[in-house]
Parts: sequence; C-alpha cells; structure tokens
Amino acid sequence: MAAVAHDASGHHDDHGHHEESFVSKYIFSQDHKMIAKQFLMTAIFMGVVAMLLSILFRIQLAWPGESSDFVSFFLGDTWAPGGVMKEDMYLGLVTIHGTIMVFFLLTGGLSGTFSNLLIPLQLGARDMASGFLNMLSFWFFFVSSLIMFGSLFIETGPAMAGWTIYPPLSALPQAISGSGLGMTLWLFSMAIFIASSLIGSLNYIVTVLNLRTKGMTMTRMPLTIWAFFVTAILGVLSFPVLLSAVVLLIMDRLAGTSFYLSDIIVNGEMLTQHGGSPLLFQHLFWFLGHPEVYIVLLPALGLSSEVIATNSRKPIFGYRAMIGSILAIGFLSFIVWAHHMFITGMNPFLGSVFVFTTLLIAIPSAVKVFNYITTLWKGSIVYTPAMLFAIGLVSTFITGGVTGIILADAALDIAIHDTYFVVAHFHVVMGLSAVFGMFAGVYHWFPKMFGKMMNTRLGYAHFWVTIVGAYGVFFPMHFVGIAGAPRRYYDYTVYNDFDPATGDMMMDLNVIITMFAIFAAVGQLLFLFNFFYSVARGPKTVQNPWSGTTLEWTTPVEHIHGNWHGELPTVHRWPYDYSKPGYDVDFVPQIVPLREGEEEGH
Amino acid sequence: MVTKLVILLVIVLGVVALAQLMRVYELSSKLTKKVESDISNRDNRFNAKMMMAFMVLLFGGFIWLMLKYGWTGRGIAASVHGRETDWLMDLNLIIIIAVFFLTNALLFGFAYKYVKKPGVPALYYPHNNKLEMIWTVVPAVVLAVIIILGLRVWNTTTDPAGKEAIRVELFSKQFDWTARYSGMDNKLGRFDYKLTHEENNPLALMTTETIDSAILYMEDGYLNTKSIHYLETTLNDPNIVMNSDDRDLMMVELSRRERLIRMLYQMKKRHDDKIDTNAYDDIIQTDTLYLCVDQEYEMNFRSKDVIHSAYFPHFRVQMNNVPGMTTRFKFTPDVSTEEMKKIKGDENFNYILMCNKICGGAHYKMKMLVEVLDAKTYDEWMNGVYRKDGKGKYVLDNKGKKILLKRGKVHEATFAHTYKKGENTLLPTTTQSELEALKVELEKKANLDIPSTDGN
Ligand code: HEM
Ligand SMILES: [Cu+2]
Ligand SMILES: [Cu+2]
Repeated sequence: MAAVAHDASGHHDDHGHHEESFVSKYIFSQDHKMIAKQFLMTAIFMGVVAMLLSILFRIQLAWPGESSDFVSFFLGDTWAPGGVMKEDMYLGLVTIHGTIMVFFLLTGGLSGTFSNLLIPLQLGARDMASGFLNMLSFWFFFVSSLIMFGSLFIETGPAMAGWTIYPPLSALPQAISGSGLGMTLWLFSMAIFIASSLIGSLNYIVTVLNLRTKGMTMTRMPLTIWAFFVTAILGVLSFPVLLSAVVLLIMDRLAGTSFYLSDIIVNGEMLTQHGGSPLLFQHLFWFLGHPEVYIVLLPALGLSSEVIATNSRKPIFGYRAMIGSILAIGFLSFIVWAHHMFITGMNPFLGSVFVFTTLLIAIPSAVKVFNYITTLWKGSIVYTPAMLFAIGLVSTFITGGVTGIILADAALDIAIHDTYFVVAHFHVVMGLSAVFGMFAGVYHWFPKMFGKMMNTRLGYAHFWVTIVGAYGVFFPMHFVGIAGAPRRYYDYTVYNDFDPATGDMMMDLNVIITMFAIFAAVGQLLFLFNFFYSVARGPKTVQNPWSGTTLEWTTPVEHIHGNWHGELPTVHRWPYDYSKPGYDVDFVPQIVPLREGEEEGH
Repeated sequence: MVTKLVILLVIVLGVVALAQLMRVYELSSKLTKKVESDISNRDNRFNAKMMMAFMVLLFGGFIWLMLKYGWTGRGIAASVHGRETDWLMDLNLIIIIAVFFLTNALLFGFAYKYVKKPGVPALYYPHNNKLEMIWTVVPAVVLAVIIILGLRVWNTTTDPAGKEAIRVELFSKQFDWTARYSGMDNKLGRFDYKLTHEENNPLALMTTETIDSAILYMEDGYLNTKSIHYLETTLNDPNIVMNSDDRDLMMVELSRRERLIRMLYQMKKRHDDKIDTNAYDDIIQTDTLYLCVDQEYEMNFRSKDVIHSAYFPHFRVQMNNVPGMTTRFKFTPDVSTEEMKKIKGDENFNYILMCNKICGGAHYKMKMLVEVLDAKTYDEWMNGVYRKDGKGKYVLDNKGKKILLKRGKVHEATFAHTYKKGENTLLPTTTQSELEALKVELEKKANLDIPSTDGN
C-alpha cells in the first residue's frame, strides 16, 4: 500500500535527526509542514461549526416561529423551546458564525495553513525563522478556538453583540444575556487569537526577509509569497490596535472604567460612567477591521494567482503590476476604516475624505481582476479542481467588488448601511472569494501536504455545487437589502405590520436563500469526505503533479525535516515561465539556469 | 427519536457507499493506468462547457430577479433628498451592473474558449504596459465621476437644517422609540440623563422642577430603600445586623449615589430657569410619529442605553443613536402616506421607523409607525394634542397659522410629581393653586416669544 510505504520512509531522512516521538512529530511539532496541517485541521473543524450555525439561523429566517427538529436537536430546550430558537440565541449564533468565519477560518486558518506551508517551501528555506514561535502560534490559535467554541455551551449563551461587538451592548450584561460570561470568553479568546496571529506574522515577515535561498530576489518571489508577506505586515500593524480595543473593553466591563461608556441607563440602573465614547471603539475596531478584510483576502488572491498561472500554462499577466496592486491595497486599507461609520454622526467632511480613499482601492482591485482575465486569454487551461475554484474566486471578487462602490459612496450608504445589501457585499467579496481561494489552495497543495491525491471528480462536483449554492445564497440578498431589510433581524414578518407586499417578497427570497444554503452545506460533505478519505487512502502523488515551476515541487514527496536533501536549491529565474518559447516542455522550473542570451520573464 | 436514528443510519450508509464507489473508481483507474493529476481532455471540455452554462445561469438568474422583484425594492423615495439619492443609486447601479456583465462574460468566456486543446500551446504573454495603463486609467476616470457626483449629494444631504426646520428628537431605548417635538418655540428642552425617572421624567428633561425632584428622590425619595437617607441610616444603625457582602454592596451604592447627587447639585447651581420654557411646550409622542408633508425636519437622535439606529427606509434616512451624544439628520418628507398608499396600490402600506443597529433580543421589533399628513390634518393633530387638557389659547405660528397653545404633557407630569422631603411615598408637593399660578406664569413666558391673538 502506498500509505504504508509513505509512513515507513517518512520518519527517516538523511539529516541524521534522531527518532522523533509521536508527541514531537504530531502534537508539539516545530516543523512548518506539520504546523500547516494542524492549522488546516483546526480551521476545517471551526469552519464546519460556523457553517452549521448559519444553517440553524437560516432555518429561523426562512420559517420563523415554526418548530424544527433540526434546530431543537442542536439547541435543545434551553435555547430552542419547542424547536423554535430564542431571539437572543439567534443573535448569538450570528455573532459566533461571523467571528469564526472571519477570524478563525479565514485569518487563522487560511494564513496559518498556507503561509506556514508555502513560505519556506517556495522560498527555499529549511523551516520558518523560529520553529518554536511557530509552534506557539498554533497552540495559541488552538486554545483560542477551543474557548470560542466552548462559549457556545455556557448557560448565559455566547457573545451576542455581532462580530463587531460594539459597546455599550457588548459592555453591559444587563443589556443582553450574551454580554455576560459569553462576551468575557469572546474577549479572552480574541486576545489569545491576536497573540497567535502576531507571533505568526512576525515569523512570516522575518522568514521572507531573511531566509530566501540563493537567487530568490524579492522580484522572483511567487505572488503567493508577496501576498502572505503583505498580509503579515497588515496583521502586525493592525491587530495590536484591536488588542487595545479589546483590553479597554475588558476594563470597562470588569474595572468600571469608562472608555466607551457615557450617560447610560440600562434596566433602570443609572451608570456613573461618564465621558467615554462608543465611537472610540468603532474607530479602533475598524482600524483593524478594514485591513482585516484584506488580511483575509490577499492570501486567497495570492493562492489563486499561482493556481491560475499554473493551470493556464501561462505566466501571470503583469507580475509587477500585481505586486504593485498588493502593496497599494495594503497601504490604502489603512486609511479607509471610517467608511463603516458614515452614519454614526461623524463629521460629514471626514466622511468625504473616506469616500475618496475607499473608492481609490477599487483601482488596484480592478487591475488585479483584469490581469487575471488576461492570464486566461490564449491560455491552455487545464481544469483541475483548484483551477475551478480560482476562477470562481475571480468571479466573486468582481461581483462583490462592484457593490463595494455603492457602499463606499456615503450618500448611498445612508440608504443601505446595515442592510442585507452590506451582508451580500461582504460575503461575496470577502467570504466567497477567500473560501474559494482556500479551497483552490487545498486542492492544489494537498499532494504537497499529504503526499497523496484528492479525487478529481469529487472535486468537480464539489465546485459546481458550491458555486451554484453560494451565488444562490448571496445574490438574492442584494435584492432583500435594496428593499430595505435591516441585517441582524430575527424575523422579517414584522414587515406585515406596515408593508405586507415587501414583507412577502422578503419571505419568498428568504426561503429561496435558505434552500440554497442547505444545498451548498450538503455539498461541503463531498469535500469533507474527499479530504479525509484521501488523507487516509488517496493514491500516492508524483513529485510535481501539476507541472509547476516553483520550488515546493522540487522537494521530495515524503516530508523531511529541512525540506530538501542535501543543498538548498538555487533560483535562476522568476516563477512564471510557463509555455516559454524555445523550450520543449511548457514549464521551466525556477531552478533551471537561464540559457545563453535568454531574457528573464517580466 | 426514531427519525433521528433513521437519519443517522442513512448518513452512515451514504458514507460507506461513497467509500465503496471510490474504491471501485480507484481500481478502475489503476487498471487504465490513469493518474489522478492528469486531467483528461474530456474532463477539461466538460468543465469548460459548465463554465458557459454557469454564466448563462448566473446572468439569467439575475435578470429573472430584476424582472420579478424590481429595480429597487423599496419603491420611490418619499423625501426631497431621497430623490437625489435614488438618482445617484440608479446611475451607480447601471455602471456596476454593466461592469458585472462585461467582466464576468470575459472571465467565463475565456474560461470556455481557452480550454486546453491538444497541440495548441499557450501564448507566452507576461505583460503589456499599454493594456495595464488602460485598465488603471479607465476605472480611475469612472471612479472620479462617481466620487464627484457622490460627494455633491452627500454634501447637500448633510448640510445643517434651515431655520424653518421643525426640531424633533427621536429618543431610543431597548426596545422602543419616543419622539419629542420642540413645540411652539421650536426649541427642544435640554436634558441630562441623571434626571431620568422612569415614570415621571422618562426623557430626563431638565427644568428647575425636575432637578429639584431628582435631588429629592436621590436623597430621600420614594420607596426609600435606595435613597441616600435610607442607606445612611441603615448603615449607621447599630441595631441592624447585616452580612458583610450586603453591607459592601450598600456602601458601593451609597458612594455611587453620593457622586450622583454632587453632580445634581452642580447642575442645580448652573441651571438657568429661563430655559425651562423650552421644555414645557415639548410634545411627547410614543405610538406614531406624525410628520407634515413638505415640511423640513431636523431630527435629533439620542439613546438611553445602547447604540440604536434610526432607519426610515422610505425617506432614505438613517442615523445612529449613540448614548452620550446627540446626532442629527435633516429631511423633508414630500409624499404623504395617503399618496404613497395610492402609488403603491396598497391600503396596508405605512411609512416606518425601524431600529437598524443590533441592540438586543427584541431589536427586530423595535419600530414606530410614521404617518406623513397633509398640512391641514397635521395642524389638527397638533392642536388636538395641545387641546387635550381643555383650556388654552390660540397663537399664530411663524407662518401665521393659528395654533392652540397649551403646555405639553411633560410639564404636567413633572409638576404633579415632585417629592416631598421626608415622605416615603410618591406625593405631589404642589397644591392645586400653586399649580395654577405656575401655569399662568408659564403662559406669560411663552407669550414673550410668540404673538398671541384671541381664539375664534
Ligand atoms: C476587496 C475586498 C473587500 C473585502 C474583503 C470587503 C469586506 C467588507 C466587510 C467585511 C464589510 C463589513 C460590513 C459590516 O459588517 O458592517 C464591508 C463593508 C464595506 N465595504 Fe467592503 N470589502 C472589500 C472590498 C470593498 C471595495 C472594493 C469597496 C469599495 C470600493 C468596499 C467598501 C465597503 C464599504 C464602504 C463598507 C461599509 C458598508 C456599510 O457598513 O454600510 N469594500 N466590506
Ligand atoms: Cu472597511
Ligand atoms: Cu434598537
């Protein structure tokens, strides 16, 4: 059996390492490849949890007040008496769903998996700069995941103030039950998560700057690495700000300070806290929050750049423009945060400034889209499952990006802020794109991670079900939003009290959306099955299954400490020499020296 | 229970069946020497065709949704600036929908057309500065237009309200809205949250009486267990035995109250009783918000507990209510409810004010009906409010219309229920004659600002 052969040879390498114990190989491993897998497994678990939560509250939205066995099975009598979930719990589910998806799946999971796996492998390094810190980063992530997951099971329920946890709602246990212990757990979980993310990011930055192999100049790095690098910088600059926001909130809650609180009477109790501002929290939150959406998105764009070039058998179009766009997006993402606050009573002139900077981001985003499309043009496209997902990403990035133009326009945001239009926008542009990017990454680098192949046909089925389901869920939401439906509502039949016609339309669409959501969720079983089946018994892979040019495909299939036998490879060219005229094969790996008189790509 | 078991069984069987299928598939690919990473031409072509099919589905679905549910679901705007918002929205939607169709068509089109064909190599085409320049500059120009138009609308929408605008306060708390009209003088009475009394002064209006009343309540008020007087006597009474936790709690409460009362005394000292009249004539409305068609309003937003957001979808108005600060938004409704019912062909339609910032469990139910009346009906309603307590007199408003003058409800409530020092129960301090005297004085004050005529 291939699997047995793999196991037998996997333990030994010619670096003369001593025999590893099970604990140091699989649990407290300091090897970046193993840590990548640990991140991936944790992320898959958290992703499944978050998806399940969304199905639960989608059922409530489509059939409000109707008893459901499914809901009662998961929530029990405390939170869903008679199979109908409670209002508070609805908000709790939405909050934890959003938090897990944004932070645990798409930040920790996506960056953690692929930065760890690919930075050393694509740069020609033996491991990360600090294996120990890398291990610490994972274990912090793991602990924070457990706390966040655990908070679902406490008596007063999980945090319920939305993933943006705006105070005073999140600061006052009197205001909603989830702002008690649930919010405390949320805050501590996030504090640990931030520590994990910081340690990880610093490690990635140092590794990219210092551990590139001979010949691997910055402008010969694959776009994946550029994306991870800029992502890590964004994380280092913005996560500490979230940490300070979180710490101040913890102080307001536990020490009676008034950073965010002023003039409040809740449940008949007059608080003495005075002089704070709830808007301070929003500024701090979104100072992380907006870069965060690019922390989620850039790695996905990086992965798909690689996948699209490889499977079009063409160089990525406009390599330098792509780097420029990544840098421009990274820079601009720090000066747009207040577009989430147009209607908080902020000075309108300040609003104008943020309209301007926000719309500027559309330019580098457009450049990236057109460069992807031109990469396909006159290509020779091979449809691996990864390629399907990468193309799906470009489509959702377009569809979600254009609606950002509407939201960025303060005058229009007045009408649609906090409606389902916003929900549609960020799910398509951030949620779907990043998830598609992540799937593309998993299908493409699965052979590198596990030494085996995933089943292609199941991959196809998975993709087509997913993209149909995903668009089916989020496209109609634009219509619900334009009709004025506020987000974070437990029940839209309240419309019957004043506008039954619009209420009917919303309920029709809500049912359609929920159907598609269930369809898409069931479709993910195809992936889960394929993934775990292939980990266990998938066919063995060849060394370079997709005929890629980058360094990771020059390492042996079996994982070894130090990645390469003998010397580290030397790099002679950029990573995108696909179908280069003058060669008989349609790819020239980076380790192949330039021929006499040959010009380097870009 | 049985259904759950059956479902579980089906799932397990499904997984097993899938695993068996995989085994068969693997065996057959081993026989045909198929490697999983080699994608056959058939598979490539299949997916390419699917790309096309999906594009048709996506575009078709979009068009179907547009035909069925309309261009903008909430119908025409019912306010002056809202019409501009809608115009801008339409323009932007046209632009982005065009971009959506064009770029997605290119993407899926290329994905279909350039699928691998045996023997046809890909074109080595790493970059083209001219092309890249085009798709930097063209979006930049389009965006410049969008920004300029957008900021123009944004500026007119957020300009401060005119002098003529009627000031109305929208006060939010978990989970309802209260509107407070500025009344005859078009000045909203001041407020301070420390003056809140749930029954007598829910909006925490600041007048000489409410300050006194709050001080009394705090020091020595009704149901004494929370007053400073009560707390002090209890804590100092050697005959009362308490466990130390209760005692600590009481001490904390006492020091909290002492801090508050100091602030109240400061407030009393600073208070200028000239502004009392601003509050006296305010009208408080809790069920329906009545607005007059073609009348400009300046809404002032304030919150008692957490952040709420006042969202009037039909007027294209939205502004957060933030505890500790006042936010504002001005607008002019210009389609009355009656007209809108006709336009929509729906007798059941009504304008609405909804909460649009997550604020707790019943967030979704936090709404208030809004009725836009024609000028005549609006005046009738307003006069009716003033007339409710009987007597009163007509004055001319600033447009020369006749309106009944009468104190608002707040005044009534705050006067009737001040607290008597030393009493445990809620008692009106003011006698009937004191009250009458105050009323006369008040109307005098009101008459200073507004020319009065005799009613007829
Ligand atoms: C490129 C990747 C993008 C991602 C990942 C992203 C993600 C998000 C997210 C998560 C929100 C959160 C909304 C909420 O919870 O309140 C949001 C809102 C927003 N996005 Fe994006 N976005 C992206 C692109 C854009 C673009 C290109 C624009 C403008 C040109 C834009 C403009 C906005 C604005 C203005 C809001 C605030 C809307 C509101 O709160 O009403 N976004 N986006
Ligand atoms: Cu943002
Ligand atoms: Cu509310």
